[in-house]
Amino acid sequence: MTSTIDDSDKEKALSVSVDLNNDTSLLIDIPDALCERDKVKFTVHTKTTLSSFQKPDFSVPRQHEDFIWLHDALVETEDYAGLIIPPAPPKPDFESPREKMHKLGEGEATMTKEEYTKMKQELEAEYLAVFKKTVQVHEVFLQRLSSHPVLSKDRNFQIFLEYDQDLSVRRKNAKETFGSFFKNMVKSADEVIISGIKEVDDFFEQEKTFLLDYSSKIKDSTARAEKMTRSHKNIADDYIHISSTLSINNITILQHGDVKVEGRVASDQELKLTELLRYYMRDIQAAKDLLYRRARTLADYENSNKALGKARLKSKDVAAAEEQQQQCLQRFNKLSESGKRELTSFKGRRVVAFRKNLIEMAELEIKHAKVGQTGDSLSFFSSCILYVLGRERFNPTLSCVCTYS
Amino acid sequence: MAAEMEPPPLGDAGQTDFREIEDGEGFFVSTVTILESPEPSSPDPPSMPAEGISTNGPKQEDISLDDDPEDLFAEATEEVSLDSPEREPILSDGPSPAITPVTPTAMLTPRMGLGTAEMFERSLDELEEDESGDTFDMHIAVSDPEKVGDGMNAYMGYKVTTKTSMTIFSKNETTVRRRFSDFLGLHSKLASRYLHIGYIVPPAPEKSIVGMTKVKVGKEDLSSAEFVEKRRSALERYLMRTVKHPILLKDPDVMMFLESSELPRAVSTQALSGAGILRMVNKAADAVNKMTIKMNESDAWFEEKHQQFENLDLQLRKLHASVECLVCHRKELSVNTASFAKSAAMLGNSEDHTALSRALSQLAEVEEKIDQLHQDQAYADFYLFSELLGDYVRLITAVKGVFDHRMKTWSKWQDTQLLLQKKREAESKLQFANKPDKLQQAQDEIKELEGKVQQGEKDFELISKTIRKEVSRFEKERVKDFKVVIIKYLESLVQTQQQLIKYWEAFLPEAKAIA
Repeated sequence: MTSTIDDSDKEKALSVSVDLNNDTSLLIDIPDALCERDKVKFTVHTKTTLSSFQKPDFSVPRQHEDFIWLHDALVETEDYAGLIIPPAPPKPDFESPREKMHKLGEGEATMTKEEYTKMKQELEAEYLAVFKKTVQVHEVFLQRLSSHPVLSKDRNFQIFLEYDQDLSVRRKNAKETFGSFFKNMVKSADEVIISGIKEVDDFFEQEKTFLLDYSSKIKDSTARAEKMTRSHKNIADDYIHISSTLSINNITILQHGDVKVEGRVASDQELKLTELLRYYMRDIQAAKDLLYRRARTLADYENSNKALGKARLKSKDVAAAEEQQQQCLQRFNKLSESGKRELTSFKGRRVVAFRKNLIEMAELEIKHAKVGQTGDSLSFFSSCILYVLGRERFNPTLSCVCTYS
Repeated sequence: MAAEMEPPPLGDAGQTDFREIEDGEGFFVSTVTILESPEPSSPDPPSMPAEGISTNGPKQEDISLDDDPEDLFAEATEEVSLDSPEREPILSDGPSPAITPVTPTAMLTPRMGLGTAEMFERSLDELEEDESGDTFDMHIAVSDPEKVGDGMNAYMGYKVTTKTSMTIFSKNETTVRRRFSDFLGLHSKLASRYLHIGYIVPPAPEKSIVGMTKVKVGKEDLSSAEFVEKRRSALERYLMRTVKHPILLKDPDVMMFLESSELPRAVSTQALSGAGILRMVNKAADAVNKMTIKMNESDAWFEEKHQQFENLDLQLRKLHASVECLVCHRKELSVNTASFAKSAAMLGNSEDHTALSRALSQLAEVEEKIDQLHQDQAYADFYLFSELLGDYVRLITAVKGVFDHRMKTWSKWQDTQLLLQKKREAESKLQFANKPDKLQQAQDEIKELEGKVQQGEKDFELISKTIRKEVSRFEKERVKDFKVVIIKYLESLVQTQQQLIKYWEAFLPEAKAIA
């Protein structure tokens, strides 16, 4: 299934995470994507004026795993410890539509032809929505990298964009994956220890409290928003069943309107609200990671201080310990500085993104409710065709159209 | 009025009896006249369960013997004359409060409008309009459910208010209190009287042991309140449907139900009573019989209709299931929206950017309002749509029952005919055997049987005719009902959308104000 993303969608993409850096020297987009069974192949297209690239305009095919590799590579780079690494795009999840497709296939015998076609259409629309969504998040990931002053210059990033052969050789093998999993576990244990460390800087103290609190709240909100959209989808499905049963019963009420409105409301809410929340949930996790790294360096610094003290007592290896301490201090300061920058811009980005999304969501809700309203939009509530027993003996062909504004 | 007094034993058929009922406070005196109707000898009265006899001696089903439709309504006019002078005014308890039923019953267009139907026999049609001289104008409301008594003997009392301008009723407005078993009792009386001659008697709401036990035990929670509301609404619809039927409306039991302040306790409606067990046995016997009777359908109309109703039954059941699903999901949506609203509010609280924080709190409020909207919509979904479908599923069962009765009538006729044939053969044999007294006996029997056969044929024709009328009436009612309800339902959907627009439009400037 190929999907072409046009400009309006691109704008949608940018709306989740707004690009505050209007630098056009490096423009990335995903104009094309192919879905084969489980795998999605993205076509990453780059347009650049930078000399560091071989060509000004080129495209490469990439898979989801390549994105993950890039993300992990960036996270593991020491130099970027003080930066918020944009969260990795989530794996394309066609589970839900696929499950539905399966159920639909099973239930085909019990459904009428019309019902089946409609359900299938709905399913295809859902599939398409999931597809669009996954393309969007991958695109956003790359665009955030390209707009970041430091990360855009990363060598791995360049390779990702340019290397015209399969990246799988450079991707993690199983052993390394396991290693990173282990690292994550250790990190979370560390986090507990770290949060106990006394913070020297007010700004970071505030940020820490805020982020911890906000992160849990936003996780909660995301979960509930997802539940809400799922309920909406259930209702849309119910309307399909109802309208098809009614039409068999010769009381044909074009409740297609209901179906479309409910279905679209579901998918728009999905795109706007839930995606927004989901994205920022991950982003806040990335911010928290930054804080963690910084806290780690603070811990290191304090440890090195202790070590220096000990060395001075023993009068052994003082120079080495001093060296160590200086390094730690430097690293800590560097992280604090860039961390402050990153977190401030993060906040700005977040506010703007929320604003944009909330506005768009409200506008869409209004638009759809209005369409459900207007009398001239025939396919909606305003038209219902009722089966009326005709004057002639039970002539089923007589029907009356009743419209109302 | 909690105490129910046993009325003095009623007189037999052929006598007019008064029944005086006094309640505890002694405010009320009401008299009910029991009707007398001319009673031609009925050779084959259909079996009647015990409770039908106690209040109404004369057998209403004798009307069916009169082929002449005129008589049907002559009875009615007789009813009117007997009624009016002898009834003393029934005092109602204070001015009837304005009752706004939850599901407003649509006021039907006057019967006159139905005169367009050529399928009605013209004479009958005219008579229907002539009978009361006025148009169908009745409005029944069931309201104020109140728990009476305590413990397992407790029950729900409902107030039944009848507002009408029809002359067959003695008053324009009556209010009485009834309990659920009263409704069931009314239905069983009507069913025993009318079902087997082809009238489609609307089925009463179903018993629910679980629901009632909760109420009896005194659980004051949401589900028992919902149960009571559901039942109240169902009882109202039941009564309205019953009175919309021109024949049933005239039934003295119906009128008594609506007007008299006390009714004898209908104990036979209890599941474990003797009558209940008898009912169950009868049902089983019927089911077996249905399988064994193979009818020669001479009239294609019945064949077609039967099939049509089978299909309709299936479709309605399916639709009902879907709508129940919808109601469930919408309730779910409402719950989820409410929980999201809460979490959005918390998110807004922890947000440190003030404008965004305010916007998020606004969002939470909007979602909360929307949740309320969804709840209301679910309520509408249910009471308008789902209950209507449930009612019709049950109605169709009654219709099918009527068709079955026709089959039974036919089969009885055929059996009698066969018996006659056998007797004739026996008689002709006896002719040659030269046994005069036995011969006489056989000839008498044959005469009797011939009469019975004729009667059977008449019965069958009458029931067929009645069914045709009933079915066409039913179809009309069905279409009207559905149309009204569906329009109402769509209106509710439109309204929901309008509200949504309002809420989101109010939210939009807040979102735009985030700086």
